[in-house]
This record gives sequence, structure tokens and C-alpha cells, in this order.
Amino acid sequence: MDTHEALYQQGVTRMEQLRQLQPRHGETLQEKMLQNGISRRDFMKWTASVAAMLALPLPFSTLVAEAAELANRVPLIWLHLAECTGCSESLIRTDTPNLDALIFDHVSLEYHETLMAAAGWQAEENLEHALEAYKGNYLLAVEGAVPTANNGAYLTVGCKGHTGLHIVKEAAAGAAAIISVGTCAAFGGVQAASPNPTGAKGVYEVVDKPVINLGGCPPSEKNIVGTLMYFIMFGKLPALDMFNRPKWAYGARVHDNCERRGRFDAGEFVEEFGDQGAKDGYCLYKVGCKGPYTYNNCPTERFNHHTSWPVLAGHGCMGCSEPNFWDEMADFEKPLGRQLLHGLDATTDTIGAVILGATAVGIGAHAVASVFAKSEEEES
Amino acid sequence: MSKRVVIDPITRIEGHLRIEVEVDENNVIQKAWSSSTLWRGIEVILKGRTPMDVGLIVQRICGVCTYSHYRCGTEAVENALGVKIPLNAKYLRSLMQASLYMHDHIVHFYHLHGLDWVDVVSALSADPALAAQVALKYTDKPINAGEGDLRAVQERVKGLVETGKLGPFANAYWGNGTYKFTPEQNLIALSHYLKALEVQRVAAEMLAIFGGKSPHPQSIVVGGVTSVRDMLSPARLQEWKQKHAIVNDFIIRAYKADIVMAAEAFGSEPSVLGGVNVKNFLATDDFLLGDGQYMFNQGVIMNGDLAGVSDLNPDLIKEDVTHAWYKADGPQHPYDGTTVPDYTGFVERDTVYGKLPTVNGDGKYSWVKSPRYQGEPVEVGPLACLLVNYARGNQVVVDAVNGLLSETGLPIEALFTTLGRTAGRMLQTVIVAEESLKTFDALLTNMQSDESTYTKPEIDPNKEYVGHSMIEAPRGMLSHWIRIKGGKVENYQAVVPTTWNAGPVDVNGNMGPYEASLIGLKLEDPTKPLEVIRIIHSLDPCMACAVHVMDFKGTDLGAFKVNPNGF
Repeated sequence: MDTHEALYQQGVTRMEQLRQLQPRHGETLQEKMLQNGISRRDFMKWTASVAAMLALPLPFSTLVAEAAELANRVPLIWLHLAECTGCSESLIRTDTPNLDALIFDHVSLEYHETLMAAAGWQAEENLEHALEAYKGNYLLAVEGAVPTANNGAYLTVGCKGHTGLHIVKEAAAGAAAIISVGTCAAFGGVQAASPNPTGAKGVYEVVDKPVINLGGCPPSEKNIVGTLMYFIMFGKLPALDMFNRPKWAYGARVHDNCERRGRFDAGEFVEEFGDQGAKDGYCLYKVGCKGPYTYNNCPTERFNHHTSWPVLAGHGCMGCSEPNFWDEMADFEKPLGRQLLHGLDATTDTIGAVILGATAVGIGAHAVASVFAKSEEEES
Repeated sequence: MSKRVVIDPITRIEGHLRIEVEVDENNVIQKAWSSSTLWRGIEVILKGRTPMDVGLIVQRICGVCTYSHYRCGTEAVENALGVKIPLNAKYLRSLMQASLYMHDHIVHFYHLHGLDWVDVVSALSADPALAAQVALKYTDKPINAGEGDLRAVQERVKGLVETGKLGPFANAYWGNGTYKFTPEQNLIALSHYLKALEVQRVAAEMLAIFGGKSPHPQSIVVGGVTSVRDMLSPARLQEWKQKHAIVNDFIIRAYKADIVMAAEAFGSEPSVLGGVNVKNFLATDDFLLGDGQYMFNQGVIMNGDLAGVSDLNPDLIKEDVTHAWYKADGPQHPYDGTTVPDYTGFVERDTVYGKLPTVNGDGKYSWVKSPRYQGEPVEVGPLACLLVNYARGNQVVVDAVNGLLSETGLPIEALFTTLGRTAGRMLQTVIVAEESLKTFDALLTNMQSDESTYTKPEIDPNKEYVGHSMIEAPRGMLSHWIRIKGGKVENYQAVVPTTWNAGPVDVNGNMGPYEASLIGLKLEDPTKPLEVIRIIHSLDPCMACAVHVMDFKGTDLGAFKVNPNGF
């Protein structure tokens, strides 16, 4: 079966569903774009890049365009729990010129504490209103972990003093889909690192619905916006890996597409920051790079309008899109070597080391990571 | 009869902040309580880890001033270990810091604080042609304020309003009488709000050039920086400079112009002419310039006495937890502090919105501690930095401050206000943008003869180390304090700008800057407390930064019990 064809048909059906929803704007997006000095051509270029980013063939860009026009009918509620606001900071850097302003227009942002004008009682009213008025239809994005120790008392939000735990459960109940934005919401993040004094957990651990996990501290702006777009287009979750991360973004190891991969294969390593190898762009494995164990599209998409990513800046990947990386991948300037990862058998690593001799530490890491790359079947 | 007003969440800030005030029959605030409602425990988590990872972990204290904690934590370790880093690394760190400031202050003014000054709904009745003329009054070359630009912005927002759904602009305090811009001025500022969304992204890219990404850059390590290839690339250096020019252009032609416009429009609005009621200020040396000098210098001003600036003494800093949700016998220096959580919850009482849980002002009511200097509360931040440097006679600062005062016709006393605090942040941005080019030139010069970026640190597991670092974060003086034993982190403490400003009442009954700034403020409508939000935003809250905890004496944190509804 042609899966792209099936997906395309699903997208077309989804567009029909979206059209049935209450329109939010009287005018079309194209009219608005023209008023704002953005040409149809610029817009189509953007849709093509979104389709490409989602690893979809070009015909899908038409769907992206249509979805973008209908997106204003999908309400978005964004909660902040135990977090540092880094994910929101990442979101506001969405990178195609003028796109952030467009998104401002066509996603109905009902609640977002960093961006909304309302405050206090009135902000809480907005949330209560959205939960009720758009029940079953809103997208829920969560930033930050859920403190659960002591009944969640380490976080309260709003005049009524509800705990974060209470609020996320209530919001999840009526959500059409739930997206955990960033490693904190996905897996607990830094506050869940040992000894986890607040009992911080990922959202999926406290709600009984499927959750899309966007690992990353923070995830790139593309991974956030791309995931929102996928749901808007197809009305379902994208294909997910074993940690419920979208495969389109987290399907390959950082190591697989790394610009320094040739250096790794040639056995050329930075031995110490600032040495000649560092100036020549050698592989960072020996100064702690966790790229072989980490699934993300950082090397291909980079961050901040493709400006850079940690490995380009000479620092090893720290594995920030993986569960428990703060504990399992520390210390960050040393190779992970043969430690267990995600409870997988160390045998593979040992075999790799024996067979391959001198550069075996790195090669062994490949072997381990390949084992846990095995993902679950696509959600339907 | 007094009435209680609860404001939670304070939106358009980093983190979770609750403000409560009590107003009298004339709606004048008599009492105020500042309460942080999230605790994450990052310093507990640091214990026992390698000092080399400290920077990466403490950076996660905050995703807004993301680079500040990264650098401060790394430099605290360097200070403890006695590592001397190469000059190039110092310059690169300084350039990243300048990039962060240019980003952070723009986002703060336009996207967080701006809607306290700008009435979006009023902008809809503006005449775009007239507005284009008005914009020329504040700068010769306004950005995005031509008639066509302004008309497009107006049409776009009208589209939202006509559907009855304002999205992120919904249910705010539009129409409040303390909004003072004319419809035309509101439209100009609204246009800049949208333009700033674009420009802030460019500023973030500046940081990413040497930082790898933003937020949470990943290119500094104990001993130096890792982005040596970017430093050695002429194309990369030029990229930074070009982005700098774009952002600087916006700072001068929009940010500065809008503040001058605000000074004119709000110059007689009582609710923004008070608000600096703690008149003690602290700042530290920061921003390395080419000649080994700092752009900003350290100092302490007490009781608003600009003639009596003294040197900052780190030994005089202590933290008090009398009204914070921690146990302790008395104020403690950061090196010797303890933190034992002691959560007591809220008390139910009548408020202007009906019965609600409220803070217990007589007891403990916040996760933020109360740092004190010589036992006194202190304000930190851009205004504090400017006042200290003005008092010191730092010529760049003196010229910038005097220039703004003469342009707006305001007296020096106008600095000690909410308006002055917001204007001070703009002036600091202007100075950082301009002066950082000296650092850039110094880097180019030094690179001619020196390509080093890293000095390998050594840790002796048999030795014990103690160190700290003090820098100027965008929100004010930030200090990190570390003890290292057996090659591991023995204890860690961050004394953060928002902790200085947002802390609850101390053992002597003295309020910190947040609470003190609200006393005497008259509200037009206590159920829609715009005036409170505006003052609190002028202090640029960053709550995740402010809440920190350390427990190096090994207290079992799992053993205490709290009641989330502890009335």
C-alpha cells in the first residue's frame, strides 16, 4: 500500500473536518497575507519547506497551505508547569521571515502565560472558558514537568490555588491531542534528575491519554511548529518512536547525520577543547559527545534559522532529547563508554568493543544505540 | 473597609508568581505580598555531580536569561579551581552576553511589558496617516511606522477584534484610564510589537553564532569556550556584526523612540511616577571591553544617596527565610546557607473575586528567599546598574542618562520611578549594543597573535575548593556560590536578581522591592489591577531563577510533609 497516498487522503479528509468547524476569521489567509505584504509565492515556499521538513513529498505542500488557512479554527492551550520557559523562548524563534506573525494570526492561542495580555483572575477565566468552549477540539501543549510529590503542592497556578497536577489532568481530559513540549514535559527533565526532590514526572505519566513527546532542552522551533502542523493537517498523531517522539524529527541518531561523522570514521578526534583537532573540526566523541545515543534532527535542521547547533559550536551533544539524560549521560565531557542505557544489555557494546579494537568505544556505542532504536508500530 | 486582591498568574513573565494586595476604601494599596508558587530543587540535584557539568545544569534554572546562569555557574567553578581562561574566551563570553541583552530587553519591553503601556484596542481607532506623522516626532527614521505599515497592522488586528476572539489579546485590561498613549501612539507601538517578533529572532541568532543555539547555548566549558572554529571564521564574525547592525537599528529607531514617546505620554500619570520605594541599589563589574576595563562597574548605593556610592562587599550578603517556605534560625551567607522546605499552603478569605485561598502574610508565603545586603533590602537590575555607574561617574552612562533626561525634559528624580526603571532598561540596551563593538574589535586584534580559547582545568580530589562568581544578568546582579569536595559538588547556592527583588518580608519586617513598590499605589478598578501588573513587570520577574534550594547538610528532603490545601 502506498502509505503516502493513504496519508494524503487522510489529510484531505481532515481538511473537510476542519472546514466544518466554526470559522474564526471572515477573510481568507491569502487576503490577509496580501494586506501584510506577503506574497502567495513566499507563502508557497514556506509550505514546501514545512512539507520537506516533515519528510513528505512535495504534493503535501498544498495540504500544508490549506491547513495553514484552516488552522485558525484549532484552539491551542499552552500550559506552563515546572519549567524554565526555554521551550516558549524556542517557540517564539520560529524561523521563516514573517511566519511567527502569521502563526499569531491563524492559530487561536487561547492560553499561554508568557504571551497572553490578560493576567490573574482574567487569565484564569480565559483558560476555563477555552476548556469548556472547545472541549474535545483543542490542542494541548504542555511545557514543564508535573511535580507530584506531596500531592503536587510544589506548584500552584491561579487565584484558586490549583496544583499543576490538577490543572494538567483537567486540561488533558478535553484535549484533542496532547503535546509535551520539551524534555521536562516529556520525561520530567532537569527537576526529575536524581534525587528528584519534587517527584517531577512527564505528562504521559499522569494522564491516561496518548501524549506526543518532543524531547529536547529545548526542542528546536522547527520540531515544535512542525508537530503542531502535522496534527492540524492530518488530525492524528504522527508516527512515533518507542518514546512517543515523532519519527519525522527523531527518527535518526544525531551521529548518523553529523557533519563531523567523516572525522569519526577516519578516527580523528578532538582530544581536548581548543586543540588543533578542535580548530580543524574533528569528532567530539572523546570530549563527551552523546550523538551516537541521541535521536534528533539537530545536525540537519540545526537551531535558530539554521544558524548553528552545539556540535558546530565545538561542544559535544549532551543527549538532551533522551529520557533521564541528566543522570544517564553525565558527566558530559566524558564518553559514555559502556554504561547501560535505557536498561539495554551491555553485551552488544562489549561485542562491538572486542571485534573492533582501537576505535571500538565509538563503534560499540553505535551497536547499543541501534538496539534501542527499534520503535513501536505507528499509532493509528 | 479593606479589600484583598489576588493576582495569579502574573502573566508575561518567566515562571509562576502570585501577587496579593490589600486596598483601602479609596482603592489605595496598604499592604502587598509577593509569592512564588513553584519549587524545582535544582541545587539539591547538583550535589555530588562533577563541577564540569554545573554550567549546563544551572543554565536550566532559566530559559530566558539562559546564558547568564550558564556563564555564572561555569565561572564560579573556575573561580573555585583557580582556572585562568584565555583572553579570546573572555571576549567571546562577553559578545554572547551582549547578544543576550539585546535579545532579552527587546522581548521584555515589547512582548512582556509592552501591553501594560499599549492599549491594543485603542490602536484600532487611530488614523494611520496621522500616526505616521506622530512617529517622526520621536525619531527621524521610524521603523515600520509609515502610513502603509500602520494601516496593515491595524487591519490585521481589526480582523481579530471583529470575530470577537482576540486570541492572546483577549480579556486584558483594555480601556483602563491609566493607558495614556493616543490611538496613534498606540498604533505605532503595536506595529513595533509585531516587528520586534522578527528582530528578537535575529538577536537570538547572534547568540547562537558563538553559542551553538539559543535558548540554552552549549559552547562554554570550565576553562574557556568551544566555538573556536566560529571565532576563527571571518564569515562567522561578519555574520555576528551584520545581525548586530539589524538589531541595533531597531533598538535606536524603535525601542529608544518608543520610550521617549512613553516618557512624554506617561510623564504625568501618577501610577508610574512612584514604584521605587526601596532606594538601595547593587551592581557588579561586567562586560569586558577591549582595554581590560568593564562597561559597567560594581558598587552599592544606600538610601538613594548618589553621592555616597561604596564598593560591593560579597561578605555582606545574607539570605533570610523568615517568611519563605524554608526553615532556618537566622539570615545566612550563601556559603553557609541551609534550606529545609517548610510549606504551609494558603489561608481562605474574602477577596474582590469572592472566597479564595490567599497567602498567610503573618507566616510563610513564598518559595523565594529574601537576600539582604548589610541587613537591608536592595533593588537590582538595569536601573540599579545605571544608578551605580552614574554615581561612579562612568562617562558612557552619565552621557546616556543625561541625554535621555534632556531629550524628555524629565528631572533626575524621574529615574526613581516605574517609568524610570523601564527607560533605564532601554538605556542599558543602547549602551550594551554600542559598547560591545569595542569587545568585538578587541577580539579581532587579539586573534592576530593568539588563537587560544581553552585552559584545561585540574581538580585534586584530595582538596576542598570554594568559589563564587558575580555577573550582571539582564535582570540584575547574579551570583553563584560553590563548594567542591572530593572532586564533586559539595554544595551550591545561586543568589539571583529576582530573589533580591521579589523576596517576602524579612525578620525585621522590611519588604523587598516588589512589595514595597506597590504600597501607596491607587487602583482605578481593584478587579482589573493593571497598575499592579505594570509596576511588577517593570522589575522583569524571572521566578524560576528566583526559586532555588540547597541542602548540603544532608537533610532528608523526602521526609517532610506538606498540605497543598493547608488552610
